[in-house]
Amino acid sequence: MGLLRWRKFVNGVMLTLTGLCTVLTVSTLFLILGYLVWNGASSLDWDFFTKLPLPSGQSGGGMANAIVGSGQILLLAMAIGIPIGVLSGIYLSEFGGSFLPSVIRYVADLLNGVPSIVIGIFAWGVVVVPMKRFSAISGGFALSLMLIPIALRTTEQFLREVPNSLREGALALGASKPRAVATVILPAATTGILTGVILGVARIAGETAPLLFTALNNQYWAKTWREPIASLPVMIYTHAISPYDDWHRQAWAAGLVLLALVLVANIAARLILARGASAQRG
Amino acid sequence: MAASATVPAPPTQDGRSFFKRFKAGEETAYLIVLLAACSVLLVTVFLVYELWVQSALARRQFGLGFLWSTIWDPNLGKFGALPFIYGTLVTSALALIIAVPLGVGAAIYLAEMAPPKWSNIFTFLVELLAAVPSVIYGLLAIFTLVPLVRSVIGPALVNTLGFLPLFKGPIYGVSVLTAGMILAVMTFPYIISISRESLMSVPREQREAALALGATRWEATWDAVVPFARLGILGSIFLSLARALGETMAVTMVIGNDPKIKASLLAPGYTIASVIANEFTEATEDIHLASLVLLGLVLFLITMILNAGARLLIIATTKAGTSK
Repeated sequence: MGLLRWRKFVNGVMLTLTGLCTVLTVSTLFLILGYLVWNGASSLDWDFFTKLPLPSGQSGGGMANAIVGSGQILLLAMAIGIPIGVLSGIYLSEFGGSFLPSVIRYVADLLNGVPSIVIGIFAWGVVVVPMKRFSAISGGFALSLMLIPIALRTTEQFLREVPNSLREGALALGASKPRAVATVILPAATTGILTGVILGVARIAGETAPLLFTALNNQYWAKTWREPIASLPVMIYTHAISPYDDWHRQAWAAGLVLLALVLVANIAARLILARGASAQRG
Repeated sequence: MAASATVPAPPTQDGRSFFKRFKAGEETAYLIVLLAACSVLLVTVFLVYELWVQSALARRQFGLGFLWSTIWDPNLGKFGALPFIYGTLVTSALALIIAVPLGVGAAIYLAEMAPPKWSNIFTFLVELLAAVPSVIYGLLAIFTLVPLVRSVIGPALVNTLGFLPLFKGPIYGVSVLTAGMILAVMTFPYIISISRESLMSVPREQREAALALGATRWEATWDAVVPFARLGILGSIFLSLARALGETMAVTMVIGNDPKIKASLLAPGYTIASVIANEFTEATEDIHLASLVLLGLVLFLITMILNAGARLLIIATTKAGTSK
């Protein structure tokens, strides 16, 4: 029985080792959270949310313009990205033939895999160069390019999960195809699409690289959409690599706010999906 | 697509009645969604075109020699990509060396060994980890990993493995090694979630047969399940390699930004994505900008090839898994 004992021993060792791998990888999440809260929470005060950044070297000030700026850029990205992404997803799932959809699906995957810094170069080339200025518009455009493939794939995926009997029922009742899609099929997939879109927005909310040479940065309020605008991720970057302690303090606070927003959006999206699934079953 | 048999055929098949139905408003919806879908296609084509056109100046001046020229000096007007290509490849390779064993191990645990309840909780946490923005990894790395490499990890490596050229020279903290470590942390969520999915798509019979033959849990996993999913696991590695190559912020913040090729992993380096991030807004000469865009094009091509390979592998495993 020596061999059997050895095999059981190996089994136990590998169980422990793989479990250890899991604990090690997952614990980084808690390290990140803990470290951010530890360093950032003490710097989070009312000023952070209401005041403008001060010139380098002075202590105090806040990141109000970056918070609003991030919101503006995201709003624009959503206004462009969600309609295009969702409509293309509807096309792929409901209207497509065989050749064009497979091409578009492939291209969307390609777009999804493009490094974010390359997206930034593209947005710079098509928006910043013709306008001859860095602007909120170019930043929103860059982020919308990252949102489109995510929205497209989730829309298609969740539309495909809608049972065919629903489609056939609507058409049998005499609804035209567009009407069937709009009133029966799309509503059945809303929960899933909403989840995917929230996850996508949460992902682009933290993107920094595409904003570096599109939205640039701004120490003040951006008065129009046609001028450089501050955003949380870029502020974190510039503050973190600066030599000033007070700026580091602000970077931690901004990091904590950004991470909290992203994690809350992720958890909310999953809760919506879970509730939707249980409602459908019940 | 079974439902489409009951509705009017799409216009591509019947050109004549198209305008009739368009008048009835039936086709407007179709046109709108088609337009949206085609815009995705156009934007992507335009992206490649834009990279090609904006880099024209550098392509004409340097040709293919751009790829293996080692000098990058904007003041002298000399632009070579090799230091950046080297830095990108070395940091990504380091990341994979650290992340693959950990990630695949964790995926095996989550898919095969863990109790279902624990597996669900851990998988959820891994997904959250994948959502953490890159700039936050960078922020943490600057203030934790860089000092750690400077005062603990660096000296330890020099003292034990200092005879290797890989671990020689002064230790600054910012280094290729630091960048590789933070990249490893950023890539394992991808490795874990995709590897776990390919492991879970292995048919039940595969496990049951091995267990019925008297294999232990680990033997069943390692000899019967993992070989079945190996293409998918390989695909997850490709995919995370593509991510690592294109990763910008965290790497830029810790790699030290020095465009020289050095053997030591403890020396500062530079990657393609970082040099674009750092120099793009400061580039005043046209040739400097064009060279940066050309670097972007090189990065784009490398990641595209890897992505395509990864997708083929993942598709291959899912097909193999379902057909048997």
